[in-house]
Amino acid sequence: MAGYLLRRLVQSVLILLGVTLVTFFLLYVLPADPVRQIAGRSATAETVESIRRQLGLDQPFWVQYGRYLWNLLHLDLGRSYLQRSEVAELIRARLPPTLLLMAGAILCELVLGLTMGIVAALRPGTATDNGLMIASFVGVSAPQFVVGLLLLYLFGVRLHWLPISGYGTFAHLVLPSLTLGILGAGWYSRMMRSSMVEVLRQDFIRTARAKGLTRRRVILRHALPNAILPIVAMIGIDIGVFMGGIVVVESVFGWPGIGQLAWQAIQRVDIPIIMGVTIVSAVAIVLGNLLADLVAPFIDPRIRLR
Amino acid sequence: MTLAEAPMAEAAAETVLSVEGLTVSVATEGGLRPLVRDASFALRRGETLAIAGESGSGKSITSLAVMGLLPVNVRATAGAVRLGGTDLLRLPEGRLRGLRGDRIAMIFQEPMTSLNPVMTVGAQLVEAIEAHEPLPRREAQARALEALRAVRLSEPEQRLRQYPHELSGGMRQRVMIAMAIALRPDVLIADEPTTALDVTVQREVLDLLRDLRREMGTAIVLITHDMGVVAEMADRVVVMKDGAMVEEGPVRRIFEAPREDYTRALLAAVPRMGSRPAEAPRPRSAPVCALRDLTVRFDLHRGLLGRATHRVHAVEGVSFDIRAGETFALVGESGCGKSTIAKAIAGLVPFEGEIEVAGRKLHGQGDVTRAVRRDAQIVFQDPAASLDPRMRVGDLVAEPLVVHGVGHREERRATVERLFEQVGLSRAQADRYPHEFSGGQRQRICIARALALRPKLIVADESVSALDVSVQARVLALLRDLQQATGVSFLFISHDMAVVDSIADRVAVMFLGQIVEMGTRAQVFGDPRHAYTRRLIEAVPVPDPTHVRPPRERMASEVPSPVRLRTDPPVRLTLRDLGGGHLVAVG
Repeated sequence: MAGYLLRRLVQSVLILLGVTLVTFFLLYVLPADPVRQIAGRSATAETVESIRRQLGLDQPFWVQYGRYLWNLLHLDLGRSYLQRSEVAELIRARLPPTLLLMAGAILCELVLGLTMGIVAALRPGTATDNGLMIASFVGVSAPQFVVGLLLLYLFGVRLHWLPISGYGTFAHLVLPSLTLGILGAGWYSRMMRSSMVEVLRQDFIRTARAKGLTRRRVILRHALPNAILPIVAMIGIDIGVFMGGIVVVESVFGWPGIGQLAWQAIQRVDIPIIMGVTIVSAVAIVLGNLLADLVAPFIDPRIRLR
Repeated sequence: MTLAEAPMAEAAAETVLSVEGLTVSVATEGGLRPLVRDASFALRRGETLAIAGESGSGKSITSLAVMGLLPVNVRATAGAVRLGGTDLLRLPEGRLRGLRGDRIAMIFQEPMTSLNPVMTVGAQLVEAIEAHEPLPRREAQARALEALRAVRLSEPEQRLRQYPHELSGGMRQRVMIAMAIALRPDVLIADEPTTALDVTVQREVLDLLRDLRREMGTAIVLITHDMGVVAEMADRVVVMKDGAMVEEGPVRRIFEAPREDYTRALLAAVPRMGSRPAEAPRPRSAPVCALRDLTVRFDLHRGLLGRATHRVHAVEGVSFDIRAGETFALVGESGCGKSTIAKAIAGLVPFEGEIEVAGRKLHGQGDVTRAVRRDAQIVFQDPAASLDPRMRVGDLVAEPLVVHGVGHREERRATVERLFEQVGLSRAQADRYPHEFSGGQRQRICIARALALRPKLIVADESVSALDVSVQARVLALLRDLQQATGVSFLFISHDMAVVDSIADRVAVMFLGQIVEMGTRAQVFGDPRHAYTRRLIEAVPVPDPTHVRPPRERMASEVPSPVRLRTDPPVRLTLRDLGGGHLVAVG
């Protein structure tokens, strides 16, 4: 176990290193010039060049990247070009809303997705099954900004059930979580359905029924724990999908999280913030996957971490 | 002793389960199609009723109908299943569930997949008890432990905490039985309970079922394709074919005076040990395949740094010759290394030592070239899995010719047609796809494919094990005919002693990767000298209800593992010649 964790840790560090390199390179070759953004349109060529020197952006790529890594090693994400404050501080302030949103979204997709999948699997080929699978197909294929705007219009503008945007109460959390969760719910319901249909065909389900267990117990105690395993692995991967989604969803709903921060930073080519958000996202994805792998042996005793 | 020998007791016993005119149908697009038609039988207290038949006879469907566990699109359309006074078919699911596992219980064929992999053995047992009796947890656990003791599982306290994957097949089947008998049901339905088990484990499980019946008075419905098991276990027999009952009667009457042609044919097809007359020894011909000190080991990587700490000694210093035109059989239980030898000859696993095939000496996996494979072909166990479902069977048989560049298109077509006729199929069938054939026909296609290159040796790895006995008998006859016609040698690998006895010229018995006894069929089966050979032979169910088995200590043994520490290699056995080529391991 200790050896396993150590190996995973080394792997994670290598992955993060790769992520910083690729992102840094992409931002370096980007045609947009951050210095122009900082200096403003009226700035003279000398001003622009002096800012460029000041920020070290006149240095070759490897020098810039090396300096960034060195700072990163000291847990220094740098300062924002435009917001005049530490990137780490900006992210720390924005992280709680995003984590809350992610928790809400995971809850939505699990509750919706698993319920739909299980219900469909128990009645394969029926109208219920077909209806649920069409719904999940829509969930998977509808773009998030469309889903978000639709939900906003329906529950916010027409029905006045929920606030249109903002942050603070539970009511504020519902629509963004739902928007973010619907895509995953679509995937999960399909995966859960096929996984469940497969498990329900297994010999041990027949054994459980032969023992005289109630249908409810056969499904919840025997089928579900076996069927849920592929889903657990998915949740880890899902964190990555979320990171993409929150940029859109937080902007649509005015949610003060790191997605919004990233969106603003991208518009203004605020490289330190973009780098910082990318690294935080990468760490979240790596941690999510590690967590999923660590949980798996508790669900299935046949899995051993090696 | 079977109850058939005590008809008085039988007559006095009450009927616990009766099936009357049961018809089970599957819903298809064309309407209801019957799978079982008008089945009727009665089961008395303490009696064992065997339902015997080949695949597709409806014997398993009948038992599932009794339990109310039919698949969704299958249902009982007529008749009644009475347990005590209640008709189970008319019972709402809720009340039927109350009886299931309590008064009527079932065990299944596949112990490997019939237990929930993510629950401990204890949890699964306790749950079965608690489903019917509202006991405190502690008491339910005590009952579970008692049930595990009843099935003579070693270290029962520890087993409760283990997961199914930590137990062997035989141990899992014992757990299944413990679960079924924990609440002392009136009726136990056992659907092919020993088919997936090794013969010595089968013997132990059959002994156990017989003991439990005697101790608890449980009536048993035993569903099996194995007439040996029927003869040993049953008081009465129902023979089924194509969903209908062919014949019913006391076990001795069925075996001694079968009334129906089908029953007679079924019994005639059953391979019986010792039934084949001794033949004059063949003249010694030159070997087509010779193994010298063949060793196959696999390292297991465990521990923190993934170093190889353990080693599987799959095959350990095996030597034998297969002569031209001879059938050489390897017998042994699962994990003894017999299939690994087949794989080594086919170049599918790395090996040490020497394999000589048709004059070519091979010293490692890399030496098994295409030319070698041309001389040694394999027929596997599962014909359905070894034929590509998307290719026409004629193309499948022609494929080895194409791969080895033999002949042009018309010549190959002619060869395929000749091979089809040789294995008893028609030329016209060459254009069909594998799914259009039955299991026996598919195995014929595999044999035709193996023959295509006119090999000197065909390795038949459990090639008839998956077939029904009547089909098995015909395929064995085909192999004998082909050998006569072509002079090909067979390396016949099987766990089935009776089948080996019916086809082999010479036999080697394997245990834990080594040969413990080798000789002619007459020497090994007629005069077994090694304790393990004797135990194997003794364990084989005899398809004769009058056969009296010597009383034996009840065992719950497991075949030891061929996995050893790298630093602790197994002791090599030495074979001693008792004369006439009869070799036995000493020490």
